[in-house]
Amino acid sequence: MTETTGPLLAADGTPLKRKLAQSLFRSRARAFGLTLPLLAFIIVVFVIPIAQFLTQAVVDDRYSSLMPKSTIALAEWDGVSEPSEALAAAVVADLALAKENKTIGKVATRVNREKSGARSLFTKTARRAAKMEAPFLDALYERDKKWRDIEIWQGMKVASKKYTAAYLAASVDRKITADGKIVRQDEQRRIHITLFQKTIWIAFLVTLFTFLLGYPVAFLLSTLPMRTSNLLLILVLLPFWTSLLVRTTAWIAMLQGEGVLNDLFVAFGIAGDDARFSMIYNLTGTLIAMTHILLPFMILPLYSVMKTIPPSYTRAAKSMGATDWTTFWRVYFPQSVPGIGAGALLVFILAISFYITPALVGGQDGQMISNFIDYHMRGSLNWNLAAALGGVLLVIVLFLFWVYDRVVGIDNMKLG
Amino acid sequence: MQIAQKKRCRICGWVLNNSALPFDFMGKGRLWGSGLSQTQDAFVEFRRVQKSYDGEVLVVKDLNLKLPKGEFLTMLGPSGSGKTTCLMMLAGFETATHGEILLDGQPINNIPPHKRGIGMVFQNYALFPHMTVGENLSFPLEVRKIGKADREVKVKRALDMVEMGDFINRRPAQLSGGQQQRIALARALVFEPELVLMDEPLGALDKQLREKMQFEITDLAHRLGITVVYVTHDQTEALTMSDRVAVFNDGVIQQIAPPDVLYESPDNSFVAQFIGENNTLAGVVDSIDGDVCQVKLDSGDIIDATPVNVSKVGERTLVSIRPERVEANPKRLKKGAHTLKAEVLEFIYMGDVFRTRLRVAGNDEFIMKTRNAPDQQRLTPGEEIEIGWLPTDCRALDA
Ligand SMILES: Nc1ncnc2c1ncn2[C@@H]1O[C@H](COP(=O)(O)OP(=O)(O)O)[C@@H](O)[C@H]1O
Ligand SMILES: [Mg+2]
Repeated sequence: MTETTGPLLAADGTPLKRKLAQSLFRSRARAFGLTLPLLAFIIVVFVIPIAQFLTQAVVDDRYSSLMPKSTIALAEWDGVSEPSEALAAAVVADLALAKENKTIGKVATRVNREKSGARSLFTKTARRAAKMEAPFLDALYERDKKWRDIEIWQGMKVASKKYTAAYLAASVDRKITADGKIVRQDEQRRIHITLFQKTIWIAFLVTLFTFLLGYPVAFLLSTLPMRTSNLLLILVLLPFWTSLLVRTTAWIAMLQGEGVLNDLFVAFGIAGDDARFSMIYNLTGTLIAMTHILLPFMILPLYSVMKTIPPSYTRAAKSMGATDWTTFWRVYFPQSVPGIGAGALLVFILAISFYITPALVGGQDGQMISNFIDYHMRGSLNWNLAAALGGVLLVIVLFLFWVYDRVVGIDNMKLG
Repeated sequence: MQIAQKKRCRICGWVLNNSALPFDFMGKGRLWGSGLSQTQDAFVEFRRVQKSYDGEVLVVKDLNLKLPKGEFLTMLGPSGSGKTTCLMMLAGFETATHGEILLDGQPINNIPPHKRGIGMVFQNYALFPHMTVGENLSFPLEVRKIGKADREVKVKRALDMVEMGDFINRRPAQLSGGQQQRIALARALVFEPELVLMDEPLGALDKQLREKMQFEITDLAHRLGITVVYVTHDQTEALTMSDRVAVFNDGVIQQIAPPDVLYESPDNSFVAQFIGENNTLAGVVDSIDGDVCQVKLDSGDIIDATPVNVSKVGERTLVSIRPERVEANPKRLKKGAHTLKAEVLEFIYMGDVFRTRLRVAGNDEFIMKTRNAPDQQRLTPGEEIEIGWLPTDCRALDA
């Protein structure tokens, strides 16, 4: 043995550690290089657009860009005292400008989100703004006494901020006052929290139902010989061969008042002809259809985990004197947990952002947060609020993911 | 009981009285108390058992087997010969298509596996991965509703028995193959079953560890006085471990006998071929005179043999000779013994033995093993020699 002090050297004299790091780096760089095209694709079509969209939750320059003078004046105003003449002058000038540029509609809509009734006030005032003369504050009061309402001005102050937490606040039924406090939304405007709760509740129930229905099926599949189980797996996957839309409409045909199921109930005397069950266009319909649609996502991970549990474990347990139930509960079930974890997480995350099915069969009380996001995207055109709602949803999902990791452990999950 | 104990001593050399045991495993009285009247009778019995999985092929054909209490019986046979199936029927995981299986005199066909009280060791150990070693061992005690304090004592005792006391809090995945094997053994024994089944438990271990475990398993089995049915396809394992070996082929027990009998007096060609190394020569029975017969080989040579399952002159036969019973030194042969010409094809020096491949009566694979002794000559390929053997070492079997 040679008495080497200091680091071990490779054949060419470089320290062994560095040599190893070099060679590891090279192989890692190569592996990374292979993923580069996909990474670039994901960044371009996924990460950037989403990030861009989500920033809309906190960035809104509609007021500040269209009403530049009053934006500055509103920033100086303390938000509680009576508006100054200078502020009023700036507002009148901006309104005249906006009227001329035909942008007054956008501005009015923006302020209306902070204070109901602002829209008509703005369009009405803007029509005369060009002809107004000093003192402008009195001119405004004269045009409409609503200008005397300090809340209008406060709404404008909130709207004038380019970076605003107003939408995020709105998405959790809060609003930001002119002096920067966060307070609860007016009673009739508190809808989002309940909606989030309902969305999570629906996703949870769907996860639970798919688990209860899927676990025995996956178990059966895993015990059958390969040939049979493959055949049955195709049946499990069969729903994937038809479009989501078709499957959802099929459920309408099944569940509606004059549908197949109700006809059967009536035929068997379970329900009276005049008292048919309402199983669709409500929460029940959403739950039934979503459970059906998401079932394969539960069965597949469960099956892939159960298939790898050797039958010798259950046999060992029984040989040691365990009853069927004890064997299942103490030996089999714990080993299927990774599959349950994967399936539940998959179904839950898919369910929490489900859209088409609740839109078609959800009626009033079967609507989920995605349907609201869609409404704000296409209906009310309030993209900022849509982005905020989407952001909150994302945070909720990440939070639940984190909780899951703490409770079950993310490494204790097997996706296939 | 005394008889059984004496028999065990022959194998393991362990001085067998209760006080010599590291703990009182038999003191519970289960092992000896309940079965006392049955000691002379079969403890496990297969009566005309048949098994078919698909209704077309019989995987086990008419199996009859009795084993007394305390016996270490090995089922030996090539893969697919039905050994595991037999074991699973005994354990209750497969049902016999026909016939009866009796345990301690009681038919057990309709008793579910968890009520049979049979310990099992599986080839892949089947240790529950989500439980620690301690929890694994505690499991069979928990399902028997044994109190916590009692459980801890028993678990500790069983772990000490396999010298794994320090590993109680480890997970199976943190153990080496050999250690897992010991835990599996301890788990099968911790609830003190009278009968333990092992299905190729050492199959996954390397040679050295396997030999060590072979010894430990037999030693433990005999110390505890349990009855063991052991399955293997490794004939060395079967020979070194068992009181008796049942050789399986094609769902039929070919021979069931103690290892020495099996090796030295195989009943048929299959057993002769399967157990140990074996030379065969084909021929026709020329004459039979009591327990000696003469066989005319296909090459025309005449040799002496012991008739085993040939009965009449003119019958075709395969004679079988163990390589170490082949003699090349004519001085060591009996006067008048028939000898054969042989040509040396290959000579391998293996240290303790010489292994010579010969061409004998047209057979190019004829092996002769000779002990490395000072007077032993080393042969060279191409050399012509005369070989012979004692008629008792040469058995005329079925063709
Ligand atoms: N569950 C099963 N279903 C159908 N055939 C089986 C089953 N288990 C074993 N067999 C068949 O039975 C025969 C004996 O198998 P087995 O008892 O496992 O043999 P061994 O343990 O001696 O290798 C084999 O031909 C095997 O293919
Ligand atoms: Mg087997």
